Amino acid sequence: MTTPRTTPPLRRGAVAVAAGCSLVALTACSAIGGANADDEASAAGTVTLVTHESFGLSEGLLEQFEDETGLSVEIVQQADAGALVNQLVLTKDAPLGDLVYGIDNAFASRALDEGVVVPADVTAPAGADAAAHAVPGDDDGALTAIDFGDVCLNIDTAWFAAQGVPEPTTLDSLLDPAYRDLLVVPDPVTSSPGLAFLLATVGAYGEDGWVDYWAGLRDNGLQVADGWSEAYYTDFTAGGGDGPRPVVLSYASSPPFTVPEGGDEPTTCALLDTCFRQVEYAGVLAGAANPEGAAQLLDFLLSDEVQADIPVSMYMYPVSSSVDLPDEWARWAPLSDAPYSVAPGDITEHREQWLTTWSDTVIG
Amino acid sequence: MPTPAQAIADRPAPGAVGGAPVGGRGSPGRRGSAAWPRRLGWTVAVAVPVLFLTVFFVWPVAEIVGRGFVLDGRLDLSGFGEVFARPRTWRVVGQTLAQATVGTLGALVLGLPGAYLLHRCRFRGRGALRAFVTVPFVLPTVVVGVAFRSLLVDGGLLGGLGLDGTFTAIVLALVFFNYAVVVRTVGGMWERLDPRAEQAARALGASQWRVLRTVTLPALGPAIASAASLVFLFCATAFGTVLVLGGRRFGTVETEIWIQTTQFLDLRAAAVLSVVQLVVVVGALAVAGRARARTERALPLGGPEAAHPVRLRDPLDAVAVAVTAVTVLGLLAAPLVNLVVRSLRTPDGWGLGNYAALAVPQDTLAVSAWQAAGTSVRTAVDATLLALLVGGLVALVVSRRPRRNSARRAVAGLDALFMLPLGVSAVTVGFGFLVSMDAPLGLPIDLRTSGVLVAVAQAVVAVPLVVRTVLPVLRAIEPRQREVAATLGAAPGRVLRTVDLAVALRALGLALGFAFAASLGEFGATSFLARPQDPTLPVVIFRLLGRPGAENYGAALAASVLLAALTAAVVAVCERLRRPGIGGAW
Repeated sequence: MTTPRTTPPLRRGAVAVAAGCSLVALTACSAIGGANADDEASAAGTVTLVTHESFGLSEGLLEQFEDETGLSVEIVQQADAGALVNQLVLTKDAPLGDLVYGIDNAFASRALDEGVVVPADVTAPAGADAAAHAVPGDDDGALTAIDFGDVCLNIDTAWFAAQGVPEPTTLDSLLDPAYRDLLVVPDPVTSSPGLAFLLATVGAYGEDGWVDYWAGLRDNGLQVADGWSEAYYTDFTAGGGDGPRPVVLSYASSPPFTVPEGGDEPTTCALLDTCFRQVEYAGVLAGAANPEGAAQLLDFLLSDEVQADIPVSMYMYPVSSSVDLPDEWARWAPLSDAPYSVAPGDITEHREQWLTTWSDTVIG
Repeated sequence: MPTPAQAIADRPAPGAVGGAPVGGRGSPGRRGSAAWPRRLGWTVAVAVPVLFLTVFFVWPVAEIVGRGFVLDGRLDLSGFGEVFARPRTWRVVGQTLAQATVGTLGALVLGLPGAYLLHRCRFRGRGALRAFVTVPFVLPTVVVGVAFRSLLVDGGLLGGLGLDGTFTAIVLALVFFNYAVVVRTVGGMWERLDPRAEQAARALGASQWRVLRTVTLPALGPAIASAASLVFLFCATAFGTVLVLGGRRFGTVETEIWIQTTQFLDLRAAAVLSVVQLVVVVGALAVAGRARARTERALPLGGPEAAHPVRLRDPLDAVAVAVTAVTVLGLLAAPLVNLVVRSLRTPDGWGLGNYAALAVPQDTLAVSAWQAAGTSVRTAVDATLLALLVGGLVALVVSRRPRRNSARRAVAGLDALFMLPLGVSAVTVGFGFLVSMDAPLGLPIDLRTSGVLVAVAQAVVAVPLVVRTVLPVLRAIEPRQREVAATLGAAPGRVLRTVDLAVALRALGLALGFAFAASLGEFGATSFLARPQDPTLPVVIFRLLGRPGAENYGAALAASVLLAALTAAVVAVCERLRRPGIGGAW
């Protein structure tokens, strides 16, 4: 029961808590206030880039753009490439920003059909290079290619050498019982490289054959991981996590990252006969608050500085033919000569049906 | 048969919400018209949280779910037939219920002995252990995926068990996450129970087990029901854990909503599934509410120091020690130690290289992991303050037992309403924000791309935790204490301050730590809203894991350990806030 005797300590406790709370409240101002510290609209206003979680540029590049144009750049990052397009469709009437970067060719025609991007006037010299990768049917240039790369199977060459097993080379070879329980791929429903690999098999085996191919992989002990990082870091033998499987789906540009400390060649290589070519596009959003700023930022993404930085910062090949690739890329990360492809219109039309069929076949 | 004390305790308390203005027997009515300011006070106490929840939860969710049910401007419910015609729908509903039920039972079976040991016994290192068991609760699922799966895959330390990609692995991970919820929710109540009732029963010759069964556990009923309902909701809406550890083979309603929304933009199917999820959640809450109502009563809290030194000869203590040791070492520590060990491996041998990397921005991130940790802490502080304010008001209002039945029902409804955020999928809330927060309430401000929304979203999730932690303690206050205070001439505000607030303060440290931990680790909403200029630590970890290179992998693991350490430190500090010394004996 309450007695007067206990009041002072109680009050002390209350004061302590109150003091703590107010101290915390003071520091808290900085979270909400601090978030807006760099939001002061500069002379030329703000341009907002909407992009996926893998976007990043080396330090100083965006600052350089801000200095040159007087614009301040805001970045809004959403989840993966697939979710990105869907969010743009959902927010068409009140767009999240001015420019989108990161729509890939698996979703490009969906973005065009939904009208989330509008044609832009590209003035950068690399625009001509970009046009070579244009989405078929996008005659007005609503989407501009910025970079591209190959999604391919990667193998742990050291593992195959140590086991004395010949390396697999093609999609077909993975059906061989010699490679039972060796392959891991990310789920195409929850991962965009996973979807790219599903499209590679559709390109390779056609509408009629790809399901059988996956049924064969399934029967040969295929492992499906949730996303690229689980597959590469937890299941793959050479990703850093010492997993059990020596064949993984990754990128043609992954091997240079496995050059060991003090070594001079990577312990993995990409199988260039198993690839799907991914192209990443940027576009000015319909209803953008600052379409001029968006066009300036789009030109900047095609500038030599950014194009040269793309391999370093985003592990993709630049579309521009006027910049040099890093040395180790030329040696260890060549592109495929004959990547598989599927027409973007077909992808948009059948994607859901293919994913459902894939799920029924592989996951059951 | 109620004791006279209980009979008095069950009488409505003065200061009832929504009831007639309380003159109250014995209320001296020192201020002639004390009723209306008090009414105003209660009205505000109800209005603030309700407004908060309506703007930042009900409206966005209604907005996105509504889109699934409206076709060409007309209501269209044909989605139900379509979705229920898919065999997969029934499978995911069954899977969700199975997973949540087994996970909840597992967490209770392991957590109750843990609550006893960590809150009813004294031993060296108890504070450290309390902080440690909270760590799993905040780890981002992507990290738990790494920690668990690298143990379970072929060739991993526990690869021989063949658990990788099984239902068991998912349930173990769910228990790993939720063990702390049971320990803290039930433990918070347990340590405040007056031990004299148990001592009396013992003196009358009851065995220890009988006392546990007939005195202690019934008294803990509300806290156990609270904990079970929280854990059930967490398990039923688990998302990353399920996908990483089991893949879509073990798809739940939550993962299905996520896929239909983000990957297929099939808002119709997502809306139907959201309604299904809501039905499951409301059902679970109703069951928990009934269990609570049956057991909730004023309890003699406090009294002499209840915790005793551990006595291994005592069978109860021995069982608690054994169960907790196995749980902590086998289930909690194994994945965490695995994480730490892996974080110490660098491309050039063992060392702290990955930790050195935390000080500089990795890869193309604009900030270092330490800066991100700062952002995380600041955001979590904002979220925690919001959650304490809103949750505290809700707990205060709901703790009253009004006289009128309609008012009682309103109070119970308010309680359930604030539990809903735990039972609605993060993607529904996230996409709801996207379609509703571009100019909220007509204000010319786009909240969607502002950092403020991150804190708000985290607070929405933390509020139920605050309510569930503070409420059992508030409800256990003897109404007679308030009556006595009022009789002695204390004004209503003074009664609140000296009786309710004083008791609530004891639970506040617990609630604070809980809400803070939840905000620190929150990733669902953050992943929709965070901005790369100031990413939180879970976002940094997620991004590093998404890039190739041993350095990035190592830095991601080290950052995860940093997040775990940060959490443990915060919880330990909050523990100090609530030493029984504060407030002295009751």
